[in-house]
Amino acid sequence: MSATPRVVVVGASAAGLATVEALRRKGHDGPVTVVGAEPYPPYDRPPLSKQVLAGSWPPERTRLRTAEVLEGLGAEWVLGDPATGLDPLSRTVATASGRAVGGDAVVVATGARPRTLPGQEPLTGVHVLRTLDEAAALRADLLDRGGNGRGRLVVVGEGVLGAEAAATACGLGVDTALVGPQRVPMEAQLGPLVGGLLAELHRGEGVRLRLGAAVSGLADDGGGRVRGVLLDTGEELPADTVLVAVGARPETDWLEGSGLEVSDGLVCDAHCRAAEGVYAVGDVSRWYHEGLGRSVRLENRTNAVEQAGAVAAAVLGDERPYVPVPYLWTDQFGAKIQIHGLPSASAEAEVVEGSPEDGRFVVRFRRGSRTEGVLGWNMPKQARQWRREVAEAFAAPSPVGGSPVAG
Amino acid sequence: MNITVDEDKCCGAGQCVLITPEVFDQRDEDGIVVLLDAAPGEEHHDAVRESAQVCPAAAITVDEDA
Repeated sequence: MSATPRVVVVGASAAGLATVEALRRKGHDGPVTVVGAEPYPPYDRPPLSKQVLAGSWPPERTRLRTAEVLEGLGAEWVLGDPATGLDPLSRTVATASGRAVGGDAVVVATGARPRTLPGQEPLTGVHVLRTLDEAAALRADLLDRGGNGRGRLVVVGEGVLGAEAAATACGLGVDTALVGPQRVPMEAQLGPLVGGLLAELHRGEGVRLRLGAAVSGLADDGGGRVRGVLLDTGEELPADTVLVAVGARPETDWLEGSGLEVSDGLVCDAHCRAAEGVYAVGDVSRWYHEGLGRSVRLENRTNAVEQAGAVAAAVLGDERPYVPVPYLWTDQFGAKIQIHGLPSASAEAEVVEGSPEDGRFVVRFRRGSRTEGVLGWNMPKQARQWRREVAEAFAAPSPVGGSPVAG
Repeated sequence: MNITVDEDKCCGAGQCVLITPEVFDQRDEDGIVVLLDAAPGEEHHDAVRESAQVCPAAAITVDEDA
């Protein structure tokens, strides 16, 4: 590859922006083109289910960089023009408008899109939450209650997004129910100890928890608007507005026919490389984590930026295995929760600092002598200090040895 | 270089402290960023730029001209 590669970044959100910034920070001054599906310059998604949904921030405040800072990066931004195909051999990206953008390196940062429920598409009053427009639509629907009886929100999905959005909506005074198959919120990710405390928190603040029941569908009011959420118990939960937060799937449809391996994400080697000159960053990237000895895909904000740094370095010839300690945070009512590592439901969870009674504590998740993760509940600094144990576990050499090469 | 931080945006991730502990810290009680040095020496500039760019809440602003 030439010393100053021409770089095409597909995706103009946090991961795409971070890739451009990292390239420039590392001294790259060649041409960079960023192709984005949405019409907006890079904006931040975590506030959408918090400050934007709550209305405490105007949507503009989610902009990640000012126009001047973006301008200063010297990249070409092609926005509102989704990529429709990639030829990995010529490293050329085709777009919906008919553009063909070629480079020496292509960085795929197309993110993920929300999963939906069967029968969801034609119904009004049913939302997903990933983009600014979707946040605005949900907020408008929640506020549009005067005389319309649209007071009841059912959030389908008790993972991090569902639990967070339920907390925000409840804080707005909306009659909110949270439904899903787990017994307590986020149980699959965090286990029964923390999940139980989340359930207590939500119940205490007025969220109706209808957990332990799978959702089988949505009921129509006869006029094309949602009327309720159907559970597999046969019950119907009345709803005027529904938020479907049942996870996301990586945005890889446009790579069909490219010959690149897609398997719940664009499959990459330990250097986040899918093929010669083709890399993947952020929610869309499934790469081989040498510390864990397996491939992972992370949907979190911090990874988008950290992985962009690793990929920018690789594009410039400095290839090192990408072995991050995953990190995510969520704010629910008064609880600021920070998670370092990848806890699992079956890990041994123990409060190691503070106490749940005081509303401030750190939980350590262990499997044998290995610390899989730590969680801080209103103890961000202390959680970060415990992170050291997690970092050791994530840096450990893989028991199965070297990394496979992506095909 | 002059650094400003937006405490209201800060989510307490502590990424800045991991990268530039000479310039950033966190409050013990809520993890919000504490700016130890708003105009650090040149030897910290690269790390400060990286801290600002990786901040997951975009809470750090760097004025290069100041």
